[in-house]
Amino acid sequence: MSDKKPVLEFRNVDKSFGHIDVLNDISLKVGEGEVLCLLGDNGAGKSTLIKTLSGVYQPTRGEILMDGQPALFSSPREAQERGIATVHQFGGTYPLMSIGRNFFMGSEPTKGWGPFKYFDRKTANLVAVAEVQKMGITRITDGDRLVGGLSGGERQSLAIARAVYFGARVLILDEPTAALGVKQAAHVLRIVNEAKRRGLAVIFITHQVMHAMAVGDHFAVLIRGAIAADFRKGEKTREQIADLMAGGESMASLEASLEGYMETHDGLPPPPAH
Amino acid sequence: MTATNQRTSTVETPAIESESAISSIKAFFRTPAAGAFMGFVAVFILFAMFGYSRNFLSVAGVTTWVNFASLIGMIAIPVGFLMIAGELDISTGAVLPASTMTVAIVCEHYQMPVLVGVAAALAIGALIGFINGYIVTHTRVPSFIVTLATLFAVAGITLYLSIFFINNTNSFYHAPDWAKSLFGGKVYGFNSSVFWWGGLIAAFVFFLHYSPKGSWVFALGGDQESARNAGIPVTRMKIALFMLCSISAAFAGVLQVMTFSSATSQANFGLIFNTIIAVVVGGVLLTGGFGTVMGIVFGVLTLSIVTQAIGFTEIDRNLSFLIIGVMLLIAVLLNDTFRHLATSWSTFKKK
Repeated sequence: MSDKKPVLEFRNVDKSFGHIDVLNDISLKVGEGEVLCLLGDNGAGKSTLIKTLSGVYQPTRGEILMDGQPALFSSPREAQERGIATVHQFGGTYPLMSIGRNFFMGSEPTKGWGPFKYFDRKTANLVAVAEVQKMGITRITDGDRLVGGLSGGERQSLAIARAVYFGARVLILDEPTAALGVKQAAHVLRIVNEAKRRGLAVIFITHQVMHAMAVGDHFAVLIRGAIAADFRKGEKTREQIADLMAGGESMASLEASLEGYMETHDGLPPPPAH
Repeated sequence: MTATNQRTSTVETPAIESESAISSIKAFFRTPAAGAFMGFVAVFILFAMFGYSRNFLSVAGVTTWVNFASLIGMIAIPVGFLMIAGELDISTGAVLPASTMTVAIVCEHYQMPVLVGVAAALAIGALIGFINGYIVTHTRVPSFIVTLATLFAVAGITLYLSIFFINNTNSFYHAPDWAKSLFGGKVYGFNSSVFWWGGLIAAFVFFLHYSPKGSWVFALGGDQESARNAGIPVTRMKIALFMLCSISAAFAGVLQVMTFSSATSQANFGLIFNTIIAVVVGGVLLTGGFGTVMGIVFGVLTLSIVTQAIGFTEIDRNLSFLIIGVMLLIAVLLNDTFRHLATSWSTFKKK
C-alpha cells in the first residue's frame, strides 16, 4: 500500500461477537504523514473497526503492529498512551466549559503547592488558543469562551488540535464531516491536511467520497466487514468509489433506472420498497 | 504528561487577557450565579420594604434566616456538585437524622467522648455515600431511584436502631462546653454553623472553580463518555462526590444536634426539597454540566429569606410556599436564557 514505514498496521484482523463475524480479514497500514480513508456505507463495520483501532475492542484473530512491533491495546487509555487518538463526531468537547478547560481536560496544568494546587487558567487559555490558531482556526482568540458557542467545525478542530498537542501519532477521525455544512467541512479537511503535514498518521473514516478524495492518500472500501477494495490516490474516479461503496451495485445504473421511472411517472420517484 | 510542560514554555502568546474591573463585572453577569444573585437582591429588597417596621433588618431578623441557610447550604452545595455531574442525591433527608441520632446515642446514652460520636456520624455518612455512589456507578439505575431507596432504607434503620438502643425515637444531648461552643455556639446571634458554612463555601469554591479536579465534575455532567476517554476516573470521582454529599449532610446533623441539644430519627423530607430548590434557583442546570458554588449560596439565602424571615414582614406567612413555587419556575426559565447568553457570547475584538 505504501512505501513509507507504517506507524500502525493491522494484519488479517478478525473480530467476532459470539459467532457473528463483524470484521473479516482486515489488513491495513498507515504511515507518517499519510491519510488513509476508510470508506463504507452504514453497517459496513466502520464503527467496530474504529473501536478495534482505538483499543475499545481487541481483535479475535490477527495482529496489530505499531512501528513494526506487535501491540495489544487492552483499553482506550492504553491506546492513547501509545499515541492513538480518536476524535468522534460529537465527542471530546464539553459545550458548557471554556476552551482552555476543554483543551486540558484530564491533564490540567496547575500552579501552587500540595492541596492548594489550582488550575492554571491563564496558561491553559494561552496554550489552547495558540494551538488552535496554529491549526488555522483564527476566529478563536479567547480561551474563556465556552465551547458551546463554537461551530461544529471549530469544535472538531479543537478536539484535533488537542490530540496533536498531547502527542498523538495516529489520529483516528470518526466521520468528522458528517454533521457539518460545506464550509465547516472544508475547515475540518484543512485541519486534516495540517495534521498530515505535521507528520501524523491519519485514519479518516467517512462515507462522503468527495471529502475522502480531498485529503486521502490511499483508500480502503469496507463492505460487510471486509475490505472490498484498496487503492491509491488517483487510481479510481469518484463514481467508481461510490459504486464500490454501494456494494458493487452500479450507482450509475441505479440512477438511470430512477430517472427512467420518473420520466414515465410525472417526475415522481418510485414508492419505497418494503 | 511531560509534553505539556515542555511545550508550555515555548508558546508564542497572542495576549488577549483583559482583567479590568468592567470586564470582570460583565463576566459575572454571564455566569449562572448572576440570576441567583439578582433574585436574592430582589427578594431581599422586597422583604426589607415590607419588613422594615417588623424588625426584618434587626439582628434577630437576619440571624433567623442566616442560621437556617447555613445548615441547608452546607448540604446544598455538594448536592449541586452532584447535579453538575449529572446525578441527584435525595438521601440527605435520612442521613441528617441518622447523624443526629448517632451523636446522641454514642455520646449521651453510652457516654463516649464527643469526637467519637462525631467521627461515628461522619463515618455513617461516608458509608451511605459510598453505597449510593457504588450502586449508581455499577448499575444503570438512575441516581434519583437509588437515593430514593437509600433515603427510605436509612430512615427505617435509624428508627429501628433508635428504638433498639434507647427505646425512643428522639433524644436529648448536652454537649460539653467546648464542643457546644465549637459546633453549636452563638456569636451575636449567629450559630457556629454559619461560620462552618463560610469556611466550607471557601473550600467548595476552591474545589469546583480553581482546583484541577473541578473541571472533572463539569466533564462528568457534560459528556461522561468523553470524560472517560480523556482519562478521568469517572467511577471513583462519582463515588467521591456521593460520599462528599452524605458526609456534608452528616456534618450538618452534628452541628444541628449540638446547636439544638436534641436529636430526632424522623426523616427530614423538607430538607430534600429545600436543597434541590436552592440548587436550581442557584442556577445549576438540571441536565448537568453547568453551575457555580456562589449561585447555590445565593439560592440558599433566597430560599431561607422566603421561608424563614417572612414572619418579620407584613407579607402573609402562608404565601411563602407560593413565592417559592413562582421563584423556582422563574429560575428554571431564566437558567435557560443565561446558558444561552453564556454560550453565544464571544469577544468581538478585532472585527
